Amino acid sequence: MTDFTMEKGADGVAIITWDTAGKSMNVMNSQGFLDLEALIDDALADDAVKGVILTSGKEGSFAGGMDLNIIAKMRDDAGDEPAKGLFEGVMGMHAILRKIERAGMDDKNKGGKPIAAALPGTALGIGLEIPLACHRIFAADNASAKIGLPEIMVGIFPGAGGTTRLVRKLGAMGASPLLLEGKLNDPKKAKSAGVVDEVVPADELLDKAREWVLSNPSIVKPWDEKGYKMPGGAPYHPAGFMTFVGASAMVNGKTQGAFPAAKALLSAVYEGALVPFDTALKIEARWFTHVLMDPSSSAMIRSLFINKEALEKGANRPDAPDQKVRKLGVLGAGMMGAGITLVSAQAGMEVVLIDQSQEAAERGKSYTADYMDKGIKRGKATEDKKAEMLDRITATTDYGALKGCDLIIEAVFEDPGIKAEATKKALAEVDENCIFATNTSTLPITDLAQASDRPEDFIGIHFFSPVEKMYLVEIIKGQATGPRAVAKALDYVRQIRKTPIVVNDARFFYCNRCIIPYINEGIRMVAEGVAPALIDNAARQLGFPVGPLQLVDETSIDLGAKIARATRAAMGDDYPDEAVDEVIFWMEGEGRLGRKAGAGFFDYDEKGKRQGYWPGLVEKYPRAEEQPDLIEVQHRLMFAQVLEAVRAFEDGVLEDIREGDVGAILAWGFAPWSGGPFSWLDIIGTPYAAERCDQLTARFGPRFTTPALLREMADKGQGFYARFGQEAQAA
Amino acid sequence: MTDAYIYDAVRSPRGKGRKDGALHEVTSARLSAHVLNALRERNGLDGHAVEDVIWGNATQVMEQGGCLARTAVLASDLDERIPGLSINRFCASGMEAVNLAANQVRAGAGDGYIAGGVEMMGRVAMGSDGAAIAVDPSIAMKTYFVPQGISADIIATEYGFSRDDADALAVESQRRAAEAWGDRRFDRSIIEIRDQNGLSILDHDEHMRPGTDMQSLGALKPSFKEMGEVMPGFDAVAKLKYPHLEAINHIHHAGNSSGIVDGAAGVLVGSKAFGEKWGLTPRARVRQTTKIGTDPTIMLTGPVPATEKALKDSGMAISDIDLFEVNEAFSAVVLRFMQAFDVDHSRVNVNGGAIAMGHPLGASGAIIIGTLLDELERTGKGVGLATLCVASGMGAATIIERV
Repeated sequence: MTDFTMEKGADGVAIITWDTAGKSMNVMNSQGFLDLEALIDDALADDAVKGVILTSGKEGSFAGGMDLNIIAKMRDDAGDEPAKGLFEGVMGMHAILRKIERAGMDDKNKGGKPIAAALPGTALGIGLEIPLACHRIFAADNASAKIGLPEIMVGIFPGAGGTTRLVRKLGAMGASPLLLEGKLNDPKKAKSAGVVDEVVPADELLDKAREWVLSNPSIVKPWDEKGYKMPGGAPYHPAGFMTFVGASAMVNGKTQGAFPAAKALLSAVYEGALVPFDTALKIEARWFTHVLMDPSSSAMIRSLFINKEALEKGANRPDAPDQKVRKLGVLGAGMMGAGITLVSAQAGMEVVLIDQSQEAAERGKSYTADYMDKGIKRGKATEDKKAEMLDRITATTDYGALKGCDLIIEAVFEDPGIKAEATKKALAEVDENCIFATNTSTLPITDLAQASDRPEDFIGIHFFSPVEKMYLVEIIKGQATGPRAVAKALDYVRQIRKTPIVVNDARFFYCNRCIIPYINEGIRMVAEGVAPALIDNAARQLGFPVGPLQLVDETSIDLGAKIARATRAAMGDDYPDEAVDEVIFWMEGEGRLGRKAGAGFFDYDEKGKRQGYWPGLVEKYPRAEEQPDLIEVQHRLMFAQVLEAVRAFEDGVLEDIREGDVGAILAWGFAPWSGGPFSWLDIIGTPYAAERCDQLTARFGPRFTTPALLREMADKGQGFYARFGQEAQAA
Repeated sequence: MTDAYIYDAVRSPRGKGRKDGALHEVTSARLSAHVLNALRERNGLDGHAVEDVIWGNATQVMEQGGCLARTAVLASDLDERIPGLSINRFCASGMEAVNLAANQVRAGAGDGYIAGGVEMMGRVAMGSDGAAIAVDPSIAMKTYFVPQGISADIIATEYGFSRDDADALAVESQRRAAEAWGDRRFDRSIIEIRDQNGLSILDHDEHMRPGTDMQSLGALKPSFKEMGEVMPGFDAVAKLKYPHLEAINHIHHAGNSSGIVDGAAGVLVGSKAFGEKWGLTPRARVRQTTKIGTDPTIMLTGPVPATEKALKDSGMAISDIDLFEVNEAFSAVVLRFMQAFDVDHSRVNVNGGAIAMGHPLGASGAIIIGTLLDELERTGKGVGLATLCVASGMGAATIIERV
């Protein structure tokens, strides 16, 4: 069955409708391209056809993009010459889109048939690149539609002519937020940005397009006309020069040089701007192929697109009936409880928010009101929507209000006694349909579950702060946690549109277990006299949003000290982080508790704005004569986290490397270009990783000891995805 | 190997490189021709007297394009059998011209050369010839390209020079230049620029601001802070290359950086036989010539490795050099040079430099060789070293000794 069908009207307008079977939104695959081309050929050859409208059979959308699995397949199918296979495949796409664009015109731009794109709504990726090749883009006035080229977000760039066409249509400056940031617009904004040509009422979409097709319009693209000049100036035009000089610097600075796709995109834009259109497409194809050949892009696509989506759709969900949450109880109206309340009410759940005093509970509820007020100010929300959400939230001190809740999330103070009391009081009010979850970040789930007489219905749901901004939720199974509780947590996370990972119960679970050694390694270096800027900048150049020292300032030094004391008490003589504690405890003693105290590794001004590193740091730990190489600092920071991820997998805390990778990127911004800790080990190769660990161990100590699993894989020359990727998919 | 000697050195006064600059009405070819004619007349060079005219210029487009060297020869009174070679090593172009000439003489490829350069910065704007290193992302990102002013500020940050350090050097440059002019120390080299009717256009360096003090400089805003910290954010790029730096200290401004000016200079280089043929006395021997590449991001530290190499290749020590001319592109360049070699300011740029008098890019290398030679003669000293930092991370140096 074909995704494209054509209906030729008596008025001479042929309507090609895209309708991918079994999908809610159209997705392009290799057969789709061929089918589309055949219909275009037919329409151009048929004298009875005066013009074409390309539209979608899906309500509210044109197309969601390309099936990115196809790219992996294109590469894999090309055998020994993957680059050739990709390049030729991409050039094939260009040929089809160029055929649409030229629409039968001769080389003097005579003849040809108008082809309009009529977008009922969302048009992403290839779903916009095809319209850009058409002669006029009509978009339905559908405020919830998103139009744009988000490819950069998964480590590639628009490679089916979208880059070259958009830059020629809007100029480098105009196209840059769309290409470099993957900015999506609703139809009205897309029109003012110049991406689409007309926005029309949804029910007039086809009529307006038809009217235009039959109006004998000029269809020659500006770049196919003689004397075409790029808006804003080509690279060696005085105005364009400054734009291009600035673009390299901005992309370099913003991406910290860590994302190959951004560099390749910019090169395709620059080099393409200096040559005629068809040559520019060829250049775009060469850079696109280059990006696709970069292991970083396949790792990013795998983690941020394929596996993220798989986890969101319940790849690791146990078999259980639908567990969608209707009424949620939240215990504790502090920052986490308030955030959980907000996102849950936003997802349409009824929420009972409980705290010890009515005042505290109301304060938690007002977090949602404040959030919505900000949205209203920015035109992203309405008073009605706010009222609707606040109506769903009951702020109270009365545990009796929990009656009928099917999920309770406890977010009270991190103290086992207080938690146990809250758990018991809450469970007394609900029936056995209700699953109980704790949002602890440090206490073992299995221990907390003792407060319940139904430990199989007890689970950890670990949110990150701020809840409404963080994409990941870590679900933790206690020893007795049953499948229905897991399904409940997963279904809930899906409702609030976040990405879940499911891990087993162990100290710090998965995410904090990896983040703590990252921070600690940074602090160790401070004690060694490494320039603080080098430590944080090294992390940023790896693609981390913030360096370890800045991160401790954000999370606070006293929290670090508290965790250190608890860990030390639990581990006794095995405790490995004396060197770290020396710095942390000293800072704590000096009152340098982090941003909240206006004093940490950094100084802060009265408004709390971060200034430079605290000079006291260098006084206490003088700068070493010999500063380490950037790469050494980076390897220490990377391996500190990655080895912990491997150990978590070895220990069975992590059951699926996909969760390890996706979780790391979404929870703490682990080098997104790498695809995650396991993908990074695959990129550098396990043999090299093991060798490097040996070197780091010799120089810096046993915390870098190669885990047995990594050693074994290095000896066999195995990759994590080669060995565990299939298994994970089968599971 | 034949020795190469300097027989003469002349330069135009430097005019402000702006619409109201005195030389703004003069074309690049005509200003070049003034210099070529002066060398021809002063040394009685007739006919096919020199092998080539090697002419440095850093912006070879428009009137400075199309092999300006040959155009200048034809615009001058030189014999048409003398060809012309335009070269570009950015700010060291004029020095490279002299070095190329000297090395060809030493190799026996011709007896005599005129070497020098011109830059009419007010007429052909800096950067108007394009530059892939700045604008081609695959190169700009790979080399962590930042504009020169940012590079100068990186030097200041990396090597610990304060705004006061830089301003003090600028104040001293102005003071020395004023004193040198007052003392008529440039008389031997300066040629008055006249129009086609013999009327004077300019006879002195126009850019100088005598009486500049710390207070007046203190009022100036840093020139590169905005582009570094805000748009487009070059500091972030600088820190990619220099990750141990927390922030870039933006200390440079119009008053402690070289002036934008119009100017030209030429040097007559030849073998001993050349001097004998034309009855000229050699003024100095070209002892050593050097060019090097260095980190393109910090870009302007070239004088240090260039000098190290020149000393090493000539078997000399820093203490063997009596006087230094270190082009004052930015204060930090000179401060770094003095710091690296522990050389006192009393031996460096003793008659002021480009901060006071201006830096006509393609000509400066030839200008400072001439200034150095004049001062060695005036003070009876023997050996001098001239060096410049060069865009895209290069450096050049020339050691001359009086004979």
